[in-house]
Amino acid sequence: MIDENNTIKITYREALKLALRDALQKDEKVFLMGEDVGRYGGAFAVSKGLLQEFGHERIMDVPLSETGFVGAGIGAALGGMHPIVEVMTVNFSLLAMDQIVNNAATLLHMSGGQLNVPVIIRMSCGTGKQLAAQHSHSWEPLFAHIPGLKVLSVGTHEDARGMLLMALQSADPVIIFEYTAMLNMEGEIPANAGIVNSTNATVRKEGKDISIITYGAGVYKALDAAKELIPLGIDAEVVDLRVLRPLDTETIFTSVRKTHRALLVEEAWGSVNVAAEVSACIMENIFYELDAPVQRLCGAEVPMPYPKHLEDASLPQKEDIVSMVKRMLQHDRV
Amino acid sequence: MENTIAIQAATTIDRAHGSELLYQMMMIRRFEEKAAELYTKMKIRGFLHLYVGEEAVAVGIMQALTPEDNILSTYREHGHALARGIDAGKIMAEMYGKMEGCSRGRGGSMHLFDVEKRFYGGNAIVAGHLPIAVGMALACKKQKINNITCCFFGDGAVAEGAFHETMNLAALWSVPLLMVCENNLYAMGTAIRYSHAVQELEKKGAAYGIEFAAVNGMDVLQVEKAAREAVEKIHRTGRPFFLVCNTYRFRAHSMFDAELYREKSEVDEWKKKDPIPALQKQLLGLQLTTDDDIKQMEKKVDQEVQKAVDFAEAGTWEPVSALTKFVYSGPNK
Repeated sequence: MIDENNTIKITYREALKLALRDALQKDEKVFLMGEDVGRYGGAFAVSKGLLQEFGHERIMDVPLSETGFVGAGIGAALGGMHPIVEVMTVNFSLLAMDQIVNNAATLLHMSGGQLNVPVIIRMSCGTGKQLAAQHSHSWEPLFAHIPGLKVLSVGTHEDARGMLLMALQSADPVIIFEYTAMLNMEGEIPANAGIVNSTNATVRKEGKDISIITYGAGVYKALDAAKELIPLGIDAEVVDLRVLRPLDTETIFTSVRKTHRALLVEEAWGSVNVAAEVSACIMENIFYELDAPVQRLCGAEVPMPYPKHLEDASLPQKEDIVSMVKRMLQHDRV
Repeated sequence: MENTIAIQAATTIDRAHGSELLYQMMMIRRFEEKAAELYTKMKIRGFLHLYVGEEAVAVGIMQALTPEDNILSTYREHGHALARGIDAGKIMAEMYGKMEGCSRGRGGSMHLFDVEKRFYGGNAIVAGHLPIAVGMALACKKQKINNITCCFFGDGAVAEGAFHETMNLAALWSVPLLMVCENNLYAMGTAIRYSHAVQELEKKGAAYGIEFAAVNGMDVLQVEKAAREAVEKIHRTGRPFFLVCNTYRFRAHSMFDAELYREKSEVDEWKKKDPIPALQKQLLGLQLTTDDDIKQMEKKVDQEVQKAVDFAEAGTWEPVSALTKFVYSGPNK
C-alpha cells in the first residue's frame, strides 16, 4: 500500500526478502544457501517463496554443516560466484568461526592481495524471545574484532531493504546481522526504497543535548526513549552505527562534538564490546569535547536466563535509557 | 570393498617424461634440504614443514591436472607449489618474507599462493581448506566450467569434522573434486593407530558414496596412474573421487620436533622406499637414463636452488608504512 507520502508499510521480514529477491534478480552469480532456506522457506520465513521463483540452483538447502557450507561459500566466492550464505542464527556461527576468521578474513592478506572473497554471511541474532542461554546471543563484538571482515547491523526497515544490496558491492567478506525480534515489526519506508549506499553511521534523530549511540535492536529502543524525553525538554540525538567494522568514527565524533555527552547502548555483554571500542575512540580523540563521562548501557554479564523478567532485566530497556539520559543531564536536579 | 584397488601396474613411461618426473622430485628434495639449512641460519623463520619422502605424491598427482584446474594444499606445501610450476625463487623469497615472494611475503612457508597457477594456498588449519575446495568445485559446476578442483590434505585432516562435512557436500552436490589424502601415518606426533579407528582411510569414501582408491605413495608412476584414472572418472561422471596416497615423512614434523614418538629404525625402514632412488633405479633399468644423466640433473637442481636462494637474498622488505595493506580491497589493496 503506497500512501500519499509515497511510503509503504512493510515488515522487517518482508524488507529483508525484497532485498534478497533484488539481489537474485540483478546478478546471475548470486545464490542463497543455508539451512532450510528453500523448501522450508527459511527458519524465520525470510526466504519464503524464493525457491519457487528462482529454483534449486539459486536457493540451496544445505545439511547441518556450518563449517562445510560456510567454507563452501568462501570457496564459491573464490571461484567466481557471489554467494549469500545464511547461518540460521548467530548461535550456530561458532561452528563456522574457523572458516570465517581463518579463511574469509585472511585470504586477501595471506595471498598478498591476490584473492578476493566476496561472500556475504547473513545471520539472524539477538534477544527477547525467551530462547535462553544458547539461542539469545549478541555476538556482533566477536565479529567486529576481526580485521578483514566488514560487519553490518540491520537496525531499521530501511536498512533491511537496502543493506544487503550495499554489501553485494563489496569485494570482501561481509557479515550481516539481522534481528529476530524485529521480524514482525512494521515500519514505513519510501515506496521506491532500494540499495542504501552509505557505509557510514547515520543519525536517525537529530538532537542537541546528548548522543545516544547504538545499533541493531538498540536503534528503535533509543528512538522510543528519545521521543519520551522530548516532553521533558531533552533533545537527544540517536546515532545508528550500522557498520561495526570498519567503524565510522567521524559520524560519532561529529555528534558528540555537538552534544558533548554520549550514552552508548548495546545488547551485547559489556566487557570488550563495540560500545567499549566506541568509548575508547571518544576518549582518545575528543575527550575535551565531553561535558560528562561517557556512559554505557549493555547486556548484563550473565548467560541469558529463560524467564521473561530476568531476560528483560539483563538487557538495556527504553526505561533504562530514559533514566540514564536524565542522570547524565542531571535533569532531576534542575 | 571392490573399489579398494591397490593400483599396481605402473604407467608406461618414455625418456622425456621419466626425466621430468625425476627432475621435479629431485628439485623438491634439494629445495627443501636447502630450506632446512637456511632455517638453521635463521634466514627462514616461523614454522617450516618439510615434505622430504613424500615427493612422489605431489609430482605424481600434478601430472594428471591441467593449468586450469584449482589446487588447494596444506601447510606442508612447498612440494605441491614447486610441482605446480610456481617459480622456485618466488617460493624461496616468500619463505624469507620478501616482497618478491609468491604471496608478497605476507604468508611465509605455510601460505604459498599463486592465482595465475590456480594455487590457492597453503592453509595452516588442518582441514581448514577442505570446505573451500568443495565450494570452488561447486563454483565450477554452477558456471559450467569443465575444471576440477584438487585438494591435498593429510591423515590428520581425516579426523576433523570438516573432512566429513566436505565429503558429504561433495557427494551430495556431485561436484568435480579430487580429494587427495597424503597418509604419512602421523598427525604431527600421533601415529595413525592412535587417531583412527579405521586405518584404511580410503574406506571412508564408501560411507559417502564417493569412489575411492589407495595407492603406494612412494612410487611416482603409480601415483600418476591412479591420479589420471581418478581425474578421468571425475570428468566422465562429474562426481568427486577420494584417493589415498600412502607415504611417509622422512624428516621431523617441523623444525621444532625432536621425534620422540617414533623409532629411528622405522624411519630407516621407510627410507629404503625413498621414491627418488626408486625412480632412478627404475629408469636406469629401462635404460631411460644413465648415471651421467642423473649427475647432470643433480648439478642442474643445485644451480636452480642456488638461483632461488640468490633471488630471495636479493629481494626487498616491504616498508613498514605498508603494514595494514591487504586487509580490505580497494585502491591500496
